[in-house]
Amino acid sequence: MQQLLTTALGGLTLGAVYAAFALALCLIWRSTRIVNFAQAPMAMITTYIALVIIDAGHSYWTGFAAALIGGLLLGAVVERVVVRPVEGKAEINAVILTLGLFILIHAVAGIVFGSRYRSFPAPFGVRGLTVGDTSIALTGFGVFTVVAVVVVMGLLVLLFRYTEVGLRMRAAAFNQEVARILGVKVGRMLTLGWALAALVGSLSGLLIAGGSLVHPAYMDSVVVYGFVAAVLGGLDSPVGSVIGGMLLGLSLSAVSGYLGSELVPLAALVILMAVLLLRPGGLFSHHAERRV
Amino acid sequence: MFEVRDLTTSYGPVRALDGVSFTAREGRVTAVLGANGAGKTTLLRTASGLVRPQRGQVLLEGRDITRTPAEDMARLGLAHVPEGRGVITELTVEENLRLGGLHRPARTRAADVERICRLFPVLGERHDATAHVLSGGERQMLVIGRALMAAPKVLLLDEPSLGLAPRIVAQIFGLLRSLVASDGLTVVLVEQNARSALSIADVGVVLNLGKVVVQDDAAALAADEKLRHAYLGF
Repeated sequence: MQQLLTTALGGLTLGAVYAAFALALCLIWRSTRIVNFAQAPMAMITTYIALVIIDAGHSYWTGFAAALIGGLLLGAVVERVVVRPVEGKAEINAVILTLGLFILIHAVAGIVFGSRYRSFPAPFGVRGLTVGDTSIALTGFGVFTVVAVVVVMGLLVLLFRYTEVGLRMRAAAFNQEVARILGVKVGRMLTLGWALAALVGSLSGLLIAGGSLVHPAYMDSVVVYGFVAAVLGGLDSPVGSVIGGMLLGLSLSAVSGYLGSELVPLAALVILMAVLLLRPGGLFSHHAERRV
Repeated sequence: MFEVRDLTTSYGPVRALDGVSFTAREGRVTAVLGANGAGKTTLLRTASGLVRPQRGQVLLEGRDITRTPAEDMARLGLAHVPEGRGVITELTVEENLRLGGLHRPARTRAADVERICRLFPVLGERHDATAHVLSGGERQMLVIGRALMAAPKVLLLDEPSLGLAPRIVAQIFGLLRSLVASDGLTVVLVEQNARSALSIADVGVVLNLGKVVVQDDAAALAADEKLRHAYLGF
């Protein structure tokens, strides 16, 4: 029972982070049909921005906010400078560019921040909370992680469902040409989409780093898990990505708790293969007939 | 009023429009007819800014809009209903309609949606449904309704009868006719189905291989047997 609770709570926290990362991938995929491989190093850079600010003596929250704003700007800049020039050409061009960006940002981070491990603070305790006299696996920071992801997801749903800019963004994502003749400035919507995605990516970077160590490659394994989560839920569906992230977190936590942590990457890839074989559109895709 | 002058558009070495000129007058339906590949769709796509012309002008109420980006056309009063899948099927009927009125004041948006739903009662009934579930005829009504949300001066319609049952086509054309009469709308109707297009049009322009072959009163075109056989297929 203790073991089950531990894996479930650990899985939930981990899942929230994967969910955020998968959501970032999904936002970009939906609007531009590009898997943004540079998502992880972009989040790494913004986490370093937070770290520099916090190390300079400012509060955790100042660094947190700066990283999110930095993510917003970085996403917009990447879309305008890197992706826009190949817009309208084969999607593989943009995908290769994001891979190049992955390497570039890595190298720059190594030069600017050094490649040693640095510890990143957490705003809440990273020791298990105690219920009665037993300590459980849920930490204060874990609770914050889940809450932060749920809040961000809720805000995005509100934005897309109930605001005019959200409607414009969805129209631009689903059908660029029709959106244009209806007066939607599609380019602006794509920039905004990348900016929001990078913001969510930055959040996942901050949540993974909290109470842990950062170095230029600390986000790289998350690329794999985040991608599996997004495919599991359906790359087309933001809600699916989040649920996919949660499911993946719980599954991997169970594998790690009951079978051994060395099997986690293997389990993730097995899940990926199973999804691609059985339901390539993902669990929550409405458009299984669309290309995958 | 809507006018094109000497409009010429090419796709690579292929000249799709070759010096096309005509005027569509206010409160009239102008049918642009011709076989597949005559340049009808290219004409509309060039007029609405989706394709760049090599030469020539597009005028909306006397104003040159030739190089205006497509996303500014709706605000200027030009609505383009593209051929085939103009409905954004992932959005609801109401969201599709709201998209049509983006540049109109937000406070009249709900009233605008209601007005369109009165015009096309079937859209009112399916209001919250995803557009994905609509039939072909309902989709055509939705895209026309969406274009009308912008309160356009000029409406460009590309093959609205495509794939629809004759009864539905008659219904849609009848509605169009009454809108032209009541709102003084200028309609440019591109059709391969020349017979039904001429039945509601005031004027017809016949295109062949990117050039205007003839333009005349719709009734005169419909009566010209040789022309009908040569270019209109009926």
